[in-house]
Amino acid sequence: MIQLTIDGTKIVAQPGKNLLQVCLENDVYVPHLCHMEGMEDPPASCRLCLVEIEGVNGTVASCRIAPRDGMVVTTQSQAVRQLQRSALQLLLSAHRVDCRNCASNKRCALQQMAKFLKVPLKVKHLDHLLDETDYQLNHPVLEYDPGKCVLCGKCIYVCTRQQAHPVLTFARRGFETVIGFMGSTPPSELPCLDCLACSAICPVSAIYPKKPEAASSHSPGPADQRLNGVGKQ
Amino acid sequence: MNMNHSRADPWIAEEEAMLEELASSISVYDSHRNNLIPMLQAIQKDHGYLSASAMEMVAGHLDISPSEVYGVASFYNQFRFHPPGKHRIKVCLGTACHVVGGDIILENFERKLGIKDGETTADREFSIERVACVGCCALAPVAVVDEVVEAHIAPSRVEGILFNFELERDQRDKEAQDSESAS
Repeated sequence: MIQLTIDGTKIVAQPGKNLLQVCLENDVYVPHLCHMEGMEDPPASCRLCLVEIEGVNGTVASCRIAPRDGMVVTTQSQAVRQLQRSALQLLLSAHRVDCRNCASNKRCALQQMAKFLKVPLKVKHLDHLLDETDYQLNHPVLEYDPGKCVLCGKCIYVCTRQQAHPVLTFARRGFETVIGFMGSTPPSELPCLDCLACSAICPVSAIYPKKPEAASSHSPGPADQRLNGVGKQ
Repeated sequence: MNMNHSRADPWIAEEEAMLEELASSISVYDSHRNNLIPMLQAIQKDHGYLSASAMEMVAGHLDISPSEVYGVASFYNQFRFHPPGKHRIKVCLGTACHVVGGDIILENFERKLGIKDGETTADREFSIERVACVGCCALAPVAVVDEVVEAHIAPSRVEGILFNFELERDQRDKEAQDSESAS
């Protein structure tokens, strides 16, 4: 058992969990986007789960920190909040904010964090940079919206976990990075129709199953319902 | 990158021949994923580009998913996914060219030819690439068209360059016709 102090409260944690998980389990909310429970090697790419630790210079991504005995952690200092706001604003500045028409409306990770950090969804002081909209995933079952995607990588993580031959991957580089797919495998041989884990985990509904022509435009499929359970972690 | 190769393609036979050749040339590599980049480099060296089916063949050989191959290949600038055109247009977007509007030149070529950088026109006449500095910054903005350096290129010059190729082609066609009718 490890004893540490988070925001002035003494907490006992089990070894083997990272600091972000310990915080969340003890009802200390730390904004985060790319982390998922059970990740052996969190990518720490969203730069949101920052905390300060006594004796450590600057802020650190809590998902990459193993709690130590006697650790003193601050999750809500001014420096932390400022960095989290900047990180979120940068994400929002490259995200097509169209909540009313979005399947993730009201359970969207960005909305939740914006509310928590008191950041308006429309970022005024940053240029709004949208990824090119003519990119096509060219997947027989899945549809992908690069303008919404925040590149958290969760879809790729779940795909890699569930499939021996992952279907999704990051493609291209830098600002042009997108979720990519390639292959001429017929849809019936792809695991996607029965899996859809990627669309279930997507925090912003950027990847979703193609609608059968007949389906009505606003029917939350099974994937959407699973999202409710996942979003809570 | 548009990976859609479904447009009516008179080069299907060529691609089939390429795949046949590939099947034997990639078999010399161990099926270890470390070989992915060397294999892609070898294919591009021999054939000038990576086609979707070539990448799938590599994926099959290394027992990884085609997506993974595409992810790696699309990360690196050195790989292209379209066959090089007969006339290769390289638009410089190095610092000096960028400052004087090299992107406008690139955009003009893209609009005139109806393709994006890294792509090739359907008739394989032209391909556009963006390059980072060709080393003659004093001449910015610069485009290199088939080894010819076009200096201080104005947006209106783009049309002229392409028009010249068109004239050349028309003349060639005419000559071919003439010699045909003469014989």
